[in-house]
Amino acid sequence: MSDRTVAELSRSLAQGEISSVELTRDYLDRIAQHNSLYNAYITVTEDLALAQAAQADAARAKGDAGPLTGIPIAHKDIFCMKDVLTTCGSKMLANFVAPYDATVVAKLNAAGAVTLGKTNMDEFAMGSSNENSFFGAARNPWDTDRVPGGSSGGSATAVAADLCAIATGTDTGGSIRQPAAFCGLTGFKPSYGRISRWGMIAYASSLDQAGPISKSAEDAALMMNVMAGPDHRDSTSVDMPAPDFTANLNDSLQGLRIGVVRQHLAEGLDANVESALQDAIKVFESLGASIKEIDLPNSHLSVSAYYVIAPAEASANLSRYDGVRFGYRCENPANLEDMYKRSRSEGFGNEVKRRILVGTYALSAGYYDAYYIKAQQIRRLIKQDYIDAFKEVDVIIGPTTPNTAFKIGEKNDDPVTMYLEDIYTVSINLAGLPAISIPAGSSKSADGKSLPIGIQLVGSDFAEAKVLNIAHQFQQHTDWHQQRPEG
Amino acid sequence: MALEQSDVEKIAQLARLDVDANEAQEVTKRISSILELIDQMQDVDTKNIAPLAHPFDAIQRLRPDEVTETDQREYLQSIAPATQDGLYLVPKVIE
Repeated sequence: MSDRTVAELSRSLAQGEISSVELTRDYLDRIAQHNSLYNAYITVTEDLALAQAAQADAARAKGDAGPLTGIPIAHKDIFCMKDVLTTCGSKMLANFVAPYDATVVAKLNAAGAVTLGKTNMDEFAMGSSNENSFFGAARNPWDTDRVPGGSSGGSATAVAADLCAIATGTDTGGSIRQPAAFCGLTGFKPSYGRISRWGMIAYASSLDQAGPISKSAEDAALMMNVMAGPDHRDSTSVDMPAPDFTANLNDSLQGLRIGVVRQHLAEGLDANVESALQDAIKVFESLGASIKEIDLPNSHLSVSAYYVIAPAEASANLSRYDGVRFGYRCENPANLEDMYKRSRSEGFGNEVKRRILVGTYALSAGYYDAYYIKAQQIRRLIKQDYIDAFKEVDVIIGPTTPNTAFKIGEKNDDPVTMYLEDIYTVSINLAGLPAISIPAGSSKSADGKSLPIGIQLVGSDFAEAKVLNIAHQFQQHTDWHQQRPEG
Repeated sequence: MALEQSDVEKIAQLARLDVDANEAQEVTKRISSILELIDQMQDVDTKNIAPLAHPFDAIQRLRPDEVTETDQREYLQSIAPATQDGLYLVPKVIE
């Protein structure tokens, strides 16, 4: 039963085919059996999960159950969970037991979801392969020699390996969508501010956004109904009530205008990814959509602008890790300066240090205008390109990633090679738009492994329900999302 | 632009990070290659383009200036590396 969607499990729970305690034990057994291979979880919260499952069953017996009541989920280890280790994939927080729940965690708890544990991730969400985790790389269930993507790699691995039904992730430059693409899953990044960031450890505050990694668009919508909404504790959460994201799932796509970005087709896209994209376009045309080529003339600048803005914000956010109030402190500091420097140098990994250095440079006197302001000006050009595009089309389709999952160790020599993994995803964060990655094909690796291919659908500001509707309709007419890794 | 090792040492000091002498050359090389990627931006004319700091140009909301949180000092300090009498302890600053 562990391979089912949330929607299916929810029906089985409602019909009494299985209890949440039984279902939770099933997942916990699978985790005990398989996590040493996949390294999907940093922490397993077994006692909590069984207690929450018993509560969920009791609530259901009283007739008080929603769609997520009793559903076993996992949280990316970036979300603070009261009295639970919350590491953010870093040695810096390897001893950090959070004193409060993130809003996302509190909302899912209140909805009756069962938390199985905290998932592996690139340190402080900086990475596209999960190899930057202090706790070691997670492994892609489709081929355990390959990365699951990142930074929400553990969440994607856990869902793909049936070690939870659905998981939370966060996406600053593609960190939900890219691992979803690599693991054959649905990954949804809502509009900036749609979900509260309170208690979600900050990487780049103007870009960070939480969302679900799931086995279907319908599941993503069910999860969004709990996760989304304004929060007085996060002043950047959007002050408008969240709609019912499941309400439009079955809308017809007749007359839908889909944009294809000319620049995406011109760049050297992997042939298998391109053919999956073309096949997906044909599916949408058969459902009554029309296709129009559009331009995003500044899209080639998005990686450059992103790798100024994100590190700049990160360098400010991560200045709080100073060894004083929580987290790692070095042994026997000689003086205060030594304590700051050694705590930070010993507590952070190489990629985090690189981004802090780049961000510090971009914000330093004499370089602020040339880097930080320049990047923000480019950001406006990129946003304007999207505003113009959405005058002509309802949604934009494109690849999620330039290629399929790569081998562990293949790209971690050179940071710039890894950064280019994000070429199709980062502009969407810069513009704050909602986007989903859905499975749309697969290719065979040289050693004969099937590797999933994801395509991305991008909506205009706050058009989450539309994006989920389009993804759901695609999944009603294709079965890529139902394909599972062997083993 | 390419950085000198001394530039990286200066930035590291600003960020309160130690760059190990053995790694300084490698770090300098990698940061320089990142800056090379970033420098693609410099070819674009952005005169008169207003910087975008927030995707929807939102401004900070304010709340009423009322006490909403309760005092949790002891609880929050229970995860600190070192405290005494309700204060965080750090190495001696004044001799």
